[in-house]
Amino acid sequence: MIDWTQIFSNAAQELISPVTAAYALAALGLAVHFGYTGLLNFGQAGFMALGAYGYAISVLSFGLPVWAAVLVGIGASVVFALILGIPTLRLRADYLAIVTIAAAEILRLIFTTNTFDALTGSASGLQGYKGGFADLNPIPKGTYGFGPFEYNEYDWWVRIVGWSLVVIIALLTWLIMRSPWGRVIKGIREDEDAVRALGKNVYSYKMQSLILGGVYGTLAGMIFVLPRAVVPANYQTSLTFFVYAILLLGGAATILGPIIGSMIFWVLLSFFSGFISRAVEAGWLPFMTQVQAGQLRFILVGIAIMLIVIFRPQGIFGNKKELAFVK
Amino acid sequence: MKPTRTLAHRSPGRWLVLLGILVSALTLSGIAASPAMAEDGSTAQESEEFEYFFTGNVQFDREPLEGVQITVEGGGFEAEAETDAEGKWRIGVPEKGEYKVTLDEDTLPEGVVVAEGGSTINAEFGLTKLKAVNFFLGEGERTTTSFGAQLLERTINGLNFGLLLALAAIGLSLIFGTTGLSNFAHAEMVTFGALMVLSFGVDLAWPIWLAIAVALVLSAALGWGLDAVIWKPLRKRGVGLIPLMIVSIGLSLAIRYTYQFFYGGATRQLPGATAPKELSFGGVQLSWIDVGSMIVSVVVLLAVAYFLLKTRIGKATRAVSDNASLASASGIDVDRVIRIVWVLGAALAGLSGILWAYFRPGVSWDMGFQILLLIFAAVTLGGLGTAFGALVGSLIVGLFIEISTLWLPSDLKYVGALVVLILVLLFRPQGILGRRERIG
Repeated sequence: MIDWTQIFSNAAQELISPVTAAYALAALGLAVHFGYTGLLNFGQAGFMALGAYGYAISVLSFGLPVWAAVLVGIGASVVFALILGIPTLRLRADYLAIVTIAAAEILRLIFTTNTFDALTGSASGLQGYKGGFADLNPIPKGTYGFGPFEYNEYDWWVRIVGWSLVVIIALLTWLIMRSPWGRVIKGIREDEDAVRALGKNVYSYKMQSLILGGVYGTLAGMIFVLPRAVVPANYQTSLTFFVYAILLLGGAATILGPIIGSMIFWVLLSFFSGFISRAVEAGWLPFMTQVQAGQLRFILVGIAIMLIVIFRPQGIFGNKKELAFVK
Repeated sequence: MKPTRTLAHRSPGRWLVLLGILVSALTLSGIAASPAMAEDGSTAQESEEFEYFFTGNVQFDREPLEGVQITVEGGGFEAEAETDAEGKWRIGVPEKGEYKVTLDEDTLPEGVVVAEGGSTINAEFGLTKLKAVNFFLGEGERTTTSFGAQLLERTINGLNFGLLLALAAIGLSLIFGTTGLSNFAHAEMVTFGALMVLSFGVDLAWPIWLAIAVALVLSAALGWGLDAVIWKPLRKRGVGLIPLMIVSIGLSLAIRYTYQFFYGGATRQLPGATAPKELSFGGVQLSWIDVGSMIVSVVVLLAVAYFLLKTRIGKATRAVSDNASLASASGIDVDRVIRIVWVLGAALAGLSGILWAYFRPGVSWDMGFQILLLIFAAVTLGGLGTAFGALVGSLIVGLFIEISTLWLPSDLKYVGALVVLILVLLFRPQGILGRRERIG
């Protein structure tokens, strides 16, 4: 028989899991890029990888304290955004998409290659960088919580930091998008030439937006690796596509969209894979193996992306007047 | 010029040199395949990565040799490692299968060569997740390949790879030119051709020529179907280009994992994929498959060029590429042209996939996705939407990737091509054969 409580409690745990927080942050970054500025950045996985590796390498190879490691990661992603933006921000959207994908893949291949094994751990990745972050934890040792949400002090610490960061970044983005700067940014999305005619330096604004959203992605990358190890295979192009799925689900030009979108996405995904895998176990789906059940959810994500874009392009929270892709 | 390394002299008393060490396999695979990672939502293959390991110990005359380079290659996967101070090496591979393990004799100390069995060993996993690979070293001299011969070999390989990229790139470019769509699902059309040959030629054991013919017809049918079911209705709805591109990304994900659902994650070989390299051209060893692959590519590319330049439909295609409204106003049935372009593009992509399956060698569910970025790089290099630009771009990408391995480590060879893409966009954003106004 199927253990429904287990399925529901696993799904509920995704609500506040650090992965959900990390994807929400990365999606907020894409909301700045794509939703508000209209930049088709397909290299968010690269920014996340820079956060993860920037933090882990700073701690492991250079013994930096936590704050410095975070700054190194952010610095790396600012440099990456500049290198990426200079040749591409003058180009049309589809060129930008291809170049950002290529740049993210370049980063992943460099992190994977054996050539820099001493620094990056090549394909096996890095671990053992959590000490400094765990030392900052004010929560005394023990297990806390109720119902499905029972974790030890480190797990709570990661969750509290992750979700506080999500709230702070969301507030910041909300304030920025209401400011004159945000109005110029949205103007660029609607009509670049009109903004240029007003005497604004469109190129520079786009660059600032690329850096801002990239830094969100970097922070997301750090939250993502705090509960686990850094594995280069995690930063494939599919990661960017998953973040896009979340962004489109919630609504591209919204603040709440990426956050709620991430929660819905992970809860549904966990519920779905939990259900399918137990249904296979119980023999309800005799034509399927456990491995195949795991692949089914990726097929589902793909179909979901298509359906959302075709039938509800503004997402759950979006406003049809604020579509990132008017053209 | 005599090719490749040969042993001039073998020491009779063979030194038994390499001892496989069985490190604790459990610890290793435990790190790699922790179940927590499978819930991260990244791709499925990561949980398999590093479940399997090749390992060994390089010693000569009971002395460990440091800095000897070992390469593992197979199923489209490639990794390198150097032996440490104790002469040990270890390389993780993503899946259980057959791999070529090569010891680079250039990195051995002078006077030491691989004495028996050659410097390349075909290794396969048994029941364990760890496989020890032993090389037998001996005293001897070796003649190394000259730089010129290596360059020639890489150039021919690069041409072969570039030509098969071109088959896929021309289709992508034509589709972009006529519909404005950057089709990310093109990679899945590439994989489709190879998978169909696998199904018919291996699983159903049809003769290979028949399997290939059926695969091409089915590929063309797939192109027809995709346009009829998805893209034409979306065009009629007036969906914008960027939403269309995101739809193609969703489609690509869905189809790719559908392949994995039915075919599994393993890499399998087409018949004849491991044919011996018995033909020699100026010091370069090639197999019949390599030569046949290049001939097929050139003939098909010439036929496509003839089609585009000389036939009525080809001219209509170029007219639609140039200006769809004007073409429509002058009596060209734009929807029909687009349908033909989809059928042609899908058939070319399928053929490209079959040749790619022989070039790698191996068929796997994500083989098309592995070269998708290279196809995009080729199309962008040549100029988006120009068919002949795609050809030029593909050849440049193919040659660059292969020749750059003379200097770059082989697991970084794609990086070079992608960097070139970004550099070209910096100086000539419209691509090599593109026209200025295209970048808008």
